[in-house]
Amino acid sequence: MDFVTQLLIAAISAGTPLLLATLGGILNERAGIIQLGAEGLMLMGAVTTCIVFIRTENLGVALLASVGVTALLGMIHAFLCITLRANQTMSGLAMTLFGSGFSAYLGKSISGNPLPGILPRLHLDFLKPVPVIGDIFGNLDVLTWLSFVLVIVLHLLIHRTSWGLHLRAVGDSPATADVMGVHVRLIRYGYVTIGAMLIGLAGADMVLTVAPTWNEGLTAGRGWIAVGLVIFARWNPVRALLCAYFFGALDSLGFRMQLLGSAIPPYFLKMIPYVVTILVLMYLGYRNRNKPSGTPESLGVPYVREQRF
Amino acid sequence: MSQEKASGGALPGPVKQTSGGRLPWRLEYDSSRIRTPWWTPILSVALALLLCAIFIYANGMSPVTVYLKMFKGAFGTSYGITETLVKAIPLLLCGLGIAVAYRISVWNIGAEGQLTVGAMAATAVTVYFPNLPGLWSIVLMLIFGVAAGAFWGLLTAIPKTHFGVNELITSLMLNYVALLALDYVVFGPWKDPKGFNMPGSPVFTDAQSLPVLGATRLHIGLIFALVAVVIYYLMVRFTRWGYELRLIGANPTAARYAGIHIKRHIIIVMLISGGLAGLAGMAEVSGVSHKLMQGISPGYGYTAIIVAWLAKLNPLGLVVTSVLFGGLIVGGFSVQTIGLPSSISEMLQGAILFFLIAGDMVTRFRIRRGA
Repeated sequence: MDFVTQLLIAAISAGTPLLLATLGGILNERAGIIQLGAEGLMLMGAVTTCIVFIRTENLGVALLASVGVTALLGMIHAFLCITLRANQTMSGLAMTLFGSGFSAYLGKSISGNPLPGILPRLHLDFLKPVPVIGDIFGNLDVLTWLSFVLVIVLHLLIHRTSWGLHLRAVGDSPATADVMGVHVRLIRYGYVTIGAMLIGLAGADMVLTVAPTWNEGLTAGRGWIAVGLVIFARWNPVRALLCAYFFGALDSLGFRMQLLGSAIPPYFLKMIPYVVTILVLMYLGYRNRNKPSGTPESLGVPYVREQRF
Repeated sequence: MSQEKASGGALPGPVKQTSGGRLPWRLEYDSSRIRTPWWTPILSVALALLLCAIFIYANGMSPVTVYLKMFKGAFGTSYGITETLVKAIPLLLCGLGIAVAYRISVWNIGAEGQLTVGAMAATAVTVYFPNLPGLWSIVLMLIFGVAAGAFWGLLTAIPKTHFGVNELITSLMLNYVALLALDYVVFGPWKDPKGFNMPGSPVFTDAQSLPVLGATRLHIGLIFALVAVVIYYLMVRFTRWGYELRLIGANPTAARYAGIHIKRHIIIVMLISGGLAGLAGMAEVSGVSHKLMQGISPGYGYTAIIVAWLAKLNPLGLVVTSVLFGGLIVGGFSVQTIGLPSSISEMLQGAILFFLIAGDMVTRFRIRRGA
């Protein structure tokens, strides 16, 4: 395998958790609710996976538990933002703070313990003879394949079905949707919960592939990068895939340069994804300064029936 | 009411909202109620303690023991109290900076990074000018620390004002960049050659350290912080700038029509916000640790967000909450002696914030008799 193929494989593996979290964020924000708790949700998803996996040695149960816990947290966020009309930014920050503290507290007992396994991989032997494709797609893990499926499903859902129309309507103009008989609150609750589950799955993926052990704060800002990627991808699942892999590539490029004995200190290589996130968002802001950015029109605005503005 | 509105009342009346249904009572939502009762912060803290007590109990520990231990550690001894105050200094400075930015809805969550670069810049003075006479070291360290923090704040402000980038993402990304830069200097160029290969800068001389109170670790940074609080109060309350801030905070659209330059205000508040966090960083290295090392801040920048929110941006409230949270951090360290992680205090902080924002909204609902 040449360098580029290896980098692509690494980009997919590092990009999958980013992709899952970004897709979760897209669902949240398409429904009009800002989700800044991604970092906390990822950590909670990761720590739940670790604890349940070590206790039960059953990967399926572990994944279900992590999705369940993050769904519950998502519903808390939904309750605060939708029913109580609380400040969505603050609720998300609270989620991140609580998630990082609580995950550190829960994970203390299993910190550093190796997990009993990693994600099973799908060995597609019939792809082996194909030169580059075979190397990349012949040996991917199940969550990566799930993320591919999710990208297609969500793309079709959002742009091609009446459910997607309702989702977009709820995010862009909840009052209109309400008049048309769409149940705004129910849809918002649903997508916030599903979005949180996907973000939790992202945390699970991170801990099950990159480093199969729990460390305090192991997401290291990936949740926040995903929040940026939602904007970068302009709330579109297919773009989310490309953007997530671009960042996955940046992430692993730094690591690879370190292995190759680059003269640049590793600390600067690790800064690349963060700095590039800011630069890319600045570029996008500059390019789209006179154009609609694709932001759901009612993002962050609590919907109150019979209230104008 | 519709008559009044139609007759040209510029301000919409309070929007009363009711839940439908046939219950003997109804829930009414009053969106005009912006001030929350004084007891919501207290109740939020109590409920958060209760929630975390359940988690602690489920984990096989007695919550009473844990909380008593935390309280005694933070406020039970004179050493504990001075330590709590030492921790309250950076919280107060960062919280003040965050409060200034929040006044006009600029969500600076980068105080952690701004504090870190402030500490680095102050240390740079000691590394590159080791033998300055008299007070010059301290003065230069102050200037460098504040300037570096303000610069880091500017890096968040400019993308927001000129490129429309959400300041939450930028300021948080910059936190990670600052922490990586800190790792670089303490492991690399500034590593103490006499430090037994431990990461960290050389220990500061007396001329580079802030004076402390007697035999305690309580340093003069406390005075800086209190003076800053008074200035904040006076500026916001009595100057034109403060009036404009309050106007933008109350109604940004009206402020824009009134000809207030919002972009300029965003840049100014981020400079102040970052500068105060940078000052906190300078005070931490020069007053407490006396050298630059990893983990110079145990999350002060994040805790300060809750401090600012819990205080409702009120100056006196900031002093009270920063002492309370300083105590929470010290208490968090003291439970480590009974084998619990100090992250218990982080968990409490997140829970307090949850209950606080929920409480702010819940108190706007009223139960009324009759359908």
